[in-house]
Amino acid sequence: MMIKKLSLIVVMSVLTGFSMQTIADINGVSSLRGPTDLDQATNAPTMKKYNKDEEPIARDYIQQPPLIPHKIDRYRINLKSNKCLSCHSWKNYRQYGATKISQTHFEDRDAHVLANVSARRYFCTQCHVPQVNAKPLVENEFKPITAISGE
Amino acid sequence: MTSNNDSSISRIWAIIKRPTARYSLGTLLMGGFVAGIIFWGGFNTAMEMTNTEEFCISCHEMRTNVYEEYKETVHYNNRTGVRATCPDCHVPKEWNYKVMRKIQASNELLHKALGTIDTREKFEAKRLELAQNVWRAMKNTDSRECRNCHDYESMDFVDQGRRAVKQHSEGLDSGDTCIDCHKGIAHELPNMRGVDASAAIGDN
Repeated sequence: MMIKKLSLIVVMSVLTGFSMQTIADINGVSSLRGPTDLDQATNAPTMKKYNKDEEPIARDYIQQPPLIPHKIDRYRINLKSNKCLSCHSWKNYRQYGATKISQTHFEDRDAHVLANVSARRYFCTQCHVPQVNAKPLVENEFKPITAISGE
Repeated sequence: MTSNNDSSISRIWAIIKRPTARYSLGTLLMGGFVAGIIFWGGFNTAMEMTNTEEFCISCHEMRTNVYEEYKETVHYNNRTGVRATCPDCHVPKEWNYKVMRKIQASNELLHKALGTIDTREKFEAKRLELAQNVWRAMKNTDSRECRNCHDYESMDFVDQGRRAVKQHSEGLDSGDTCIDCHKGIAHELPNMRGVDASAAIGDN
Protein backbone atom coordinates (compact mmCIF):
# COMPACT_ATOMS: atom_id res chain seq x y z
CA MET A 1 0.00 0.00 0.00
CA MET A 2 2.76 2.35 1.06
CA ILE A 3 4.75 1.61 -2.07
CA LYS A 4 1.70 2.13 -4.28
CA LYS A 5 1.09 5.58 -2.73
CA LEU A 6 4.74 6.55 -3.08
CA SER A 7 4.88 5.48 -6.71
CA LEU A 8 1.68 7.42 -7.37
CA ILE A 9 3.24 10.57 -5.87
CA VAL A 10 6.38 10.04 -7.92
CA VAL A 11 4.36 9.54 -11.11
CA MET A 12 2.20 12.59 -10.36
CA SER A 13 5.13 14.83 -9.61
CA VAL A 14 6.97 13.67 -12.73
CA LEU A 15 3.82 14.28 -14.77
CA THR A 16 3.19 17.76 -13.35
CA GLY A 17 6.87 18.62 -13.70
CA PHE A 18 6.74 17.45 -17.28
CA SER A 19 3.60 19.39 -18.05
CA MET A 20 4.98 22.55 -16.38
CA GLN A 21 8.05 22.32 -18.50
CA THR A 22 6.27 21.88 -21.80
CA ILE A 23 3.20 24.05 -21.33
CA ALA A 24 4.11 27.53 -20.20
CA ASP A 25 0.45 28.55 -20.52
CA ILE A 26 -1.02 27.47 -17.18
CA ASN A 27 -4.72 27.90 -16.48
CA GLY A 28 -5.02 30.39 -19.30
CA VAL A 29 -2.32 32.65 -17.86
CA SER A 30 0.66 33.17 -20.10
CA SER A 31 3.85 34.87 -19.00
CA LEU A 32 5.28 37.97 -20.67
CA ARG A 33 7.79 35.84 -22.52
CA GLY A 34 4.95 33.99 -24.22
CA PRO A 35 4.37 30.23 -24.60
CA THR A 36 8.07 29.47 -25.08
CA ASP A 37 9.55 26.79 -22.83
CA LEU A 38 11.98 27.92 -20.15
CA ASP A 39 14.92 26.18 -21.74
CA GLN A 40 14.24 27.72 -25.15
CA ALA A 41 15.30 31.16 -26.24
CA THR A 42 12.47 33.47 -27.26
CA ASN A 43 12.48 35.36 -30.51
CA ALA A 44 13.10 39.04 -30.00
CA PRO A 45 10.26 41.20 -31.30
CA THR A 46 11.03 43.08 -34.51
CA MET A 47 12.58 46.49 -34.01
CA LYS A 48 10.10 49.29 -34.61
CA LYS A 49 11.02 52.28 -36.71
CA TYR A 50 10.77 55.71 -35.19
CA ASN A 51 8.26 58.06 -36.76
CA LYS A 52 9.52 60.49 -39.35
CA ASP A 53 9.48 64.19 -38.56
CA GLU A 54 6.00 65.33 -37.70
CA GLU A 55 4.30 68.38 -36.23
CA PRO A 56 4.48 68.78 -32.42
CA ILE A 57 2.28 66.15 -30.72
CA ALA A 58 -0.55 67.43 -28.49
CA ARG A 59 -0.27 66.64 -24.80
CA ASP A 60 -2.72 64.20 -23.19
CA TYR A 61 -2.51 65.25 -19.54
CA ILE A 62 -1.36 68.13 -17.41
CA GLN A 63 2.39 68.10 -16.69
CA GLN A 64 3.09 65.64 -19.49
CA PRO A 65 6.61 66.16 -20.83
CA PRO A 66 6.11 66.97 -24.54
CA LEU A 67 6.86 64.02 -26.83
CA ILE A 68 9.68 64.23 -29.36
CA PRO A 69 8.10 64.43 -32.84
CA HIS A 70 11.23 63.30 -34.70
CA LYS A 71 13.96 60.65 -34.75
CA ILE A 72 16.82 61.07 -32.32
CA ASP A 73 19.06 58.25 -33.55
CA ARG A 74 22.70 58.72 -32.56
CA TYR A 75 22.04 61.98 -30.74
CA ARG A 76 24.48 62.30 -27.88
CA ILE A 77 23.79 63.84 -24.51
CA ASN A 78 26.84 63.88 -22.27
CA LEU A 79 28.85 66.28 -20.15
CA LYS A 80 30.63 67.67 -23.18
CA SER A 81 27.63 68.42 -25.37
CA ASN A 82 23.90 68.01 -25.71
CA LYS A 83 22.65 67.53 -29.26
CA CYS A 84 19.05 68.40 -28.34
CA LEU A 85 20.04 71.76 -26.93
CA SER A 86 21.95 72.66 -30.08
CA CYS A 87 18.47 73.40 -31.49
CA HIS A 88 16.14 73.62 -28.47
CA SER A 89 18.16 75.94 -26.21
CA TRP A 90 16.97 79.51 -25.72
CA LYS A 91 20.00 80.71 -27.65
CA ASN A 92 19.37 78.48 -30.69
CA TYR A 93 15.63 77.84 -30.98
CA ARG A 94 14.90 80.86 -33.18
CA GLN A 95 17.56 79.99 -35.72
CA TYR A 96 16.30 76.41 -36.09
CA GLY A 97 12.59 77.03 -35.65
CA ALA A 98 12.53 74.60 -32.74
CA THR A 99 10.48 74.57 -29.54
CA LYS A 100 12.48 76.16 -26.73
CA ILE A 101 12.97 74.35 -23.46
CA SER A 102 10.73 75.38 -20.59
CA GLN A 103 11.83 77.95 -18.01
CA THR A 104 11.38 75.29 -15.37
CA HIS A 105 14.51 73.64 -16.76
CA PHE A 106 16.67 76.43 -15.34
CA GLU A 107 15.68 75.73 -11.74
CA ASP A 108 17.66 73.55 -9.40
CA ARG A 109 15.85 71.35 -6.87
CA ASP A 110 15.73 74.20 -4.35
CA ALA A 111 13.89 76.35 -6.93
CA HIS A 112 16.93 78.62 -7.41
CA VAL A 113 16.98 79.92 -10.97
CA LEU A 114 20.31 79.27 -12.71
CA ALA A 115 21.98 81.02 -15.64
CA ASN A 116 21.95 77.86 -17.77
CA VAL A 117 19.98 74.64 -17.94
CA SER A 118 19.97 72.84 -14.61
CA ALA A 119 21.89 69.57 -14.28
CA ARG A 120 18.69 67.80 -13.15
CA ARG A 121 16.99 68.77 -16.42
CA TYR A 122 20.01 68.32 -18.70
CA PHE A 123 19.39 64.71 -19.76
CA CYS A 124 16.38 65.32 -21.99
CA THR A 125 15.50 61.68 -22.73
CA GLN A 126 14.81 60.97 -19.05
CA CYS A 127 11.40 62.56 -19.66
CA HIS A 128 11.07 63.30 -23.38
CA VAL A 129 10.82 60.34 -25.74
CA PRO A 130 10.40 59.85 -29.49
CA GLN A 131 7.45 57.81 -30.79
CA VAL A 132 6.98 54.65 -32.84
CA ASN A 133 3.74 53.55 -34.45
CA ALA A 134 3.10 50.55 -32.18
CA LYS A 135 -0.05 48.82 -30.98
CA PRO A 136 -0.62 49.19 -27.22
CA LEU A 137 0.44 46.01 -25.37
CA VAL A 138 -2.78 46.05 -23.36
CA GLU A 139 -6.13 47.67 -24.09
CA ASN A 140 -6.20 51.28 -23.00
CA GLU A 141 -9.23 53.52 -22.92
CA PHE A 142 -7.49 56.59 -21.52
CA LYS A 143 -8.89 59.85 -22.82
CA PRO A 144 -7.44 63.30 -22.12
CA ILE A 145 -9.61 65.61 -20.06
CA THR A 146 -11.60 68.08 -22.09
CA ALA A 147 -9.71 71.01 -20.57
CA ILE A 148 -6.66 70.15 -22.67
CA SER A 149 -8.05 68.00 -25.46
CA GLY A 150 -10.44 70.71 -26.68
CA GLU A 151 -13.30 68.25 -27.19
CA MET B 1 89.73 81.91 -54.89
CA THR B 2 87.53 78.98 -55.83
CA SER B 3 87.03 76.56 -52.98
CA ASN B 4 86.84 72.78 -53.31
CA ASN B 5 83.06 72.95 -53.05
CA ASP B 6 82.71 75.42 -55.90
CA SER B 7 84.91 73.38 -58.19
CA SER B 8 82.92 70.18 -57.55
CA ILE B 9 79.61 71.98 -58.24
CA SER B 10 80.97 73.47 -61.46
CA ARG B 11 82.32 70.06 -62.46
CA ILE B 12 78.87 68.48 -62.04
CA TRP B 13 77.28 71.37 -63.90
CA ALA B 14 79.76 70.86 -66.75
CA ILE B 15 78.81 67.17 -67.00
CA ILE B 16 75.10 68.06 -67.09
CA LYS B 17 75.66 70.77 -69.70
CA ARG B 18 77.93 68.75 -72.02
CA PRO B 19 76.09 67.22 -74.98
CA THR B 20 76.38 63.46 -75.03
CA ALA B 21 78.34 61.86 -77.81
CA ARG B 22 77.47 58.29 -76.99
CA TYR B 23 73.63 58.17 -76.83
CA SER B 24 71.22 59.20 -79.55
CA LEU B 25 68.52 61.80 -78.90
CA GLY B 26 65.93 59.07 -79.39
CA THR B 27 67.46 56.87 -76.68
CA LEU B 28 67.63 59.78 -74.26
CA LEU B 29 64.04 60.79 -74.96
CA MET B 30 62.76 57.23 -74.62
CA GLY B 31 64.81 56.70 -71.46
CA GLY B 32 63.49 59.94 -69.99
CA PHE B 33 59.95 59.01 -70.95
CA VAL B 34 60.12 55.58 -69.31
CA ALA B 35 61.86 56.93 -66.21
CA GLY B 36 59.19 59.63 -66.01
CA ILE B 37 56.39 57.07 -66.06
CA ILE B 38 58.10 54.98 -63.38
CA PHE B 39 58.88 57.88 -61.06
CA TRP B 40 55.57 59.70 -61.50
CA GLY B 41 53.59 56.49 -61.23
CA GLY B 42 55.63 55.46 -58.22
CA PHE B 43 55.07 58.83 -56.56
CA ASN B 44 51.32 58.68 -57.06
CA THR B 45 51.14 55.03 -55.99
CA ALA B 46 53.03 55.84 -52.81
CA MET B 47 50.75 58.81 -52.18
CA GLU B 48 47.64 56.68 -52.70
CA MET B 49 49.00 54.14 -50.23
CA THR B 50 48.97 56.89 -47.60
CA ASN B 51 45.40 57.63 -48.66
CA THR B 52 43.78 54.52 -47.22
CA GLU B 53 41.98 53.87 -43.98
CA GLU B 54 44.46 51.08 -43.27
CA PHE B 55 47.32 53.56 -43.34
CA CYS B 56 45.46 56.09 -41.19
CA ILE B 57 44.70 53.61 -38.42
CA SER B 58 48.20 52.14 -38.44
CA CYS B 59 48.89 54.78 -35.76
CA HIS B 60 47.26 54.06 -32.42
CA GLU B 61 46.36 57.76 -32.04
CA MET B 62 43.84 57.33 -34.85
CA ARG B 63 42.90 53.69 -34.26
CA THR B 64 42.01 53.88 -30.58
CA ASN B 65 40.43 57.33 -30.56
CA VAL B 66 38.70 58.72 -33.61
CA TYR B 67 38.38 55.42 -35.49
CA GLU B 68 36.60 53.66 -32.62
CA GLU B 69 34.14 56.56 -32.31
CA TYR B 70 33.63 56.68 -36.05
CA LYS B 71 32.64 52.98 -36.16
CA GLU B 72 29.43 53.84 -34.31
CA THR B 73 28.35 56.54 -36.73
CA VAL B 74 26.29 56.47 -39.89
CA HIS B 75 29.29 56.98 -42.14
CA TYR B 76 30.62 53.58 -41.07
CA ASN B 77 27.52 51.64 -40.18
CA ASN B 78 24.23 52.12 -42.00
CA ARG B 79 21.30 50.53 -43.78
CA THR B 80 22.85 50.12 -47.24
CA GLY B 81 26.47 49.46 -46.27
CA VAL B 82 27.80 52.33 -48.34
CA ARG B 83 30.55 53.88 -46.29
CA ALA B 84 33.14 56.60 -46.27
CA THR B 85 36.73 55.97 -45.22
CA CYS B 86 39.03 58.48 -43.48
CA PRO B 87 40.48 60.06 -46.66
CA ASP B 88 37.03 60.48 -48.24
CA CYS B 89 36.35 63.25 -45.74
CA HIS B 90 39.82 64.34 -44.67
CA VAL B 91 41.80 64.38 -47.93
CA PRO B 92 40.69 66.40 -50.97
CA LYS B 93 40.09 64.46 -54.18
CA GLU B 94 41.59 67.03 -56.57
CA TRP B 95 45.29 66.51 -57.10
CA ASN B 96 46.62 69.98 -56.25
CA TYR B 97 44.57 70.27 -53.04
CA LYS B 98 45.50 66.70 -52.18
CA VAL B 99 49.24 67.41 -52.45
CA MET B 100 48.82 70.56 -50.35
CA ARG B 101 47.04 68.52 -47.68
CA LYS B 102 49.75 65.86 -47.82
CA ILE B 103 52.43 68.53 -47.26
CA GLN B 104 50.47 69.82 -44.27
CA ALA B 105 50.44 66.25 -42.95
CA SER B 106 54.18 66.51 -42.29
CA ASN B 107 53.14 68.54 -39.24
CA GLU B 108 51.11 65.55 -38.09
CA LEU B 109 54.18 63.35 -38.46
CA LEU B 110 56.12 65.79 -36.28
CA HIS B 111 53.50 65.59 -33.54
CA LYS B 112 53.39 61.81 -33.85
CA ALA B 113 57.13 61.84 -33.15
CA LEU B 114 56.67 64.31 -30.27
CA GLY B 115 53.85 62.17 -28.84
CA THR B 116 51.54 65.18 -28.55
CA ILE B 117 48.35 63.06 -28.41
CA ASP B 118 49.73 59.64 -27.57
CA THR B 119 47.25 59.03 -24.74
CA ARG B 120 43.46 59.37 -24.62
CA GLU B 121 43.81 62.07 -21.96
CA LYS B 122 46.19 64.16 -24.06
CA PHE B 123 43.91 63.68 -27.05
CA GLU B 124 40.80 64.77 -25.12
CA ALA B 125 42.67 67.83 -23.84
CA LYS B 126 43.49 68.88 -27.40
CA ARG B 127 40.24 67.74 -29.00
CA LEU B 128 38.59 71.16 -29.17
CA GLU B 129 41.59 72.71 -30.91
CA LEU B 130 41.92 69.79 -33.34
CA ALA B 131 38.20 69.78 -34.11
CA GLN B 132 38.20 73.52 -34.69
CA ASN B 133 41.05 73.11 -37.19
CA VAL B 134 38.96 70.66 -39.19
CA TRP B 135 35.80 72.77 -38.90
CA ARG B 136 37.69 75.84 -40.11
CA ALA B 137 39.18 73.96 -43.07
CA MET B 138 35.76 72.62 -44.07
CA LYS B 139 34.12 76.02 -43.71
CA ASN B 140 36.83 77.59 -45.90
CA THR B 141 36.32 75.04 -48.68
CA ASP B 142 32.50 75.19 -48.47
CA SER B 143 32.56 71.59 -47.18
CA ARG B 144 34.17 70.38 -50.41
CA GLU B 145 34.82 66.85 -49.16
CA CYS B 146 31.21 66.40 -47.98
CA ARG B 147 29.98 67.47 -51.39
CA ASN B 148 32.00 64.78 -53.16
CA CYS B 149 29.11 62.50 -52.16
CA HIS B 150 26.36 64.80 -50.87
CA ASP B 151 25.33 66.88 -53.87
CA TYR B 152 22.98 69.72 -52.95
CA GLU B 153 21.48 69.71 -56.47
CA SER B 154 20.57 66.02 -56.12
CA MET B 155 18.90 66.31 -52.71
CA ASP B 156 15.22 65.38 -52.95
CA PHE B 157 13.47 67.60 -50.43
CA VAL B 158 10.32 65.49 -50.74
CA ASP B 159 12.18 62.56 -49.20
CA GLN B 160 13.62 64.66 -46.38
CA GLY B 161 12.03 65.19 -42.99
CA ARG B 162 10.20 68.35 -42.03
CA ARG B 163 13.18 69.79 -40.18
CA ALA B 164 15.73 68.84 -42.83
CA VAL B 165 13.80 70.54 -45.65
CA LYS B 166 13.64 73.77 -43.69
CA GLN B 167 17.27 73.71 -42.58
CA HIS B 168 18.66 72.73 -45.96
CA SER B 169 16.66 75.15 -48.07
CA GLU B 170 17.13 78.12 -45.73
CA GLY B 171 20.59 77.37 -44.39
CA LEU B 172 22.44 76.48 -47.55
CA ASP B 173 20.84 79.34 -49.49
CA SER B 174 21.92 81.86 -46.88
CA GLY B 175 25.57 80.88 -47.25
CA ASP B 176 25.90 78.27 -44.52
CA THR B 177 27.78 75.12 -45.37
CA CYS B 178 27.44 71.49 -44.25
CA ILE B 179 29.87 71.74 -41.33
CA ASP B 180 28.03 74.71 -39.80
CA CYS B 181 25.34 72.32 -38.54
CA HIS B 182 26.78 68.82 -39.03
CA LYS B 183 29.48 68.88 -36.40
CA GLY B 184 30.35 65.75 -34.45
CA ILE B 185 28.64 63.41 -36.91
CA ALA B 186 31.60 61.08 -37.45
CA HIS B 187 33.50 61.57 -34.19
CA GLU B 188 32.55 62.60 -30.69
CA LEU B 189 32.24 66.32 -30.09
CA PRO B 190 34.80 68.12 -27.95
CA ASN B 191 33.58 69.89 -24.84
CA MET B 192 31.24 72.44 -26.40
CA ARG B 193 31.07 74.78 -23.43
CA GLY B 194 33.42 77.21 -25.13
CA VAL B 195 31.62 76.97 -28.49
CA ASP B 196 27.95 77.02 -27.50
CA ALA B 197 27.46 77.26 -23.74
CA SER B 198 23.72 76.83 -24.15
CA ALA B 199 24.22 73.30 -25.50
CA ALA B 200 26.52 71.98 -22.79
CA ILE B 201 26.24 71.71 -19.07
CA GLY B 202 27.73 74.40 -16.88
CA ASP B 203 27.20 78.08 -16.27
CA ASN B 204 29.72 79.88 -18.43
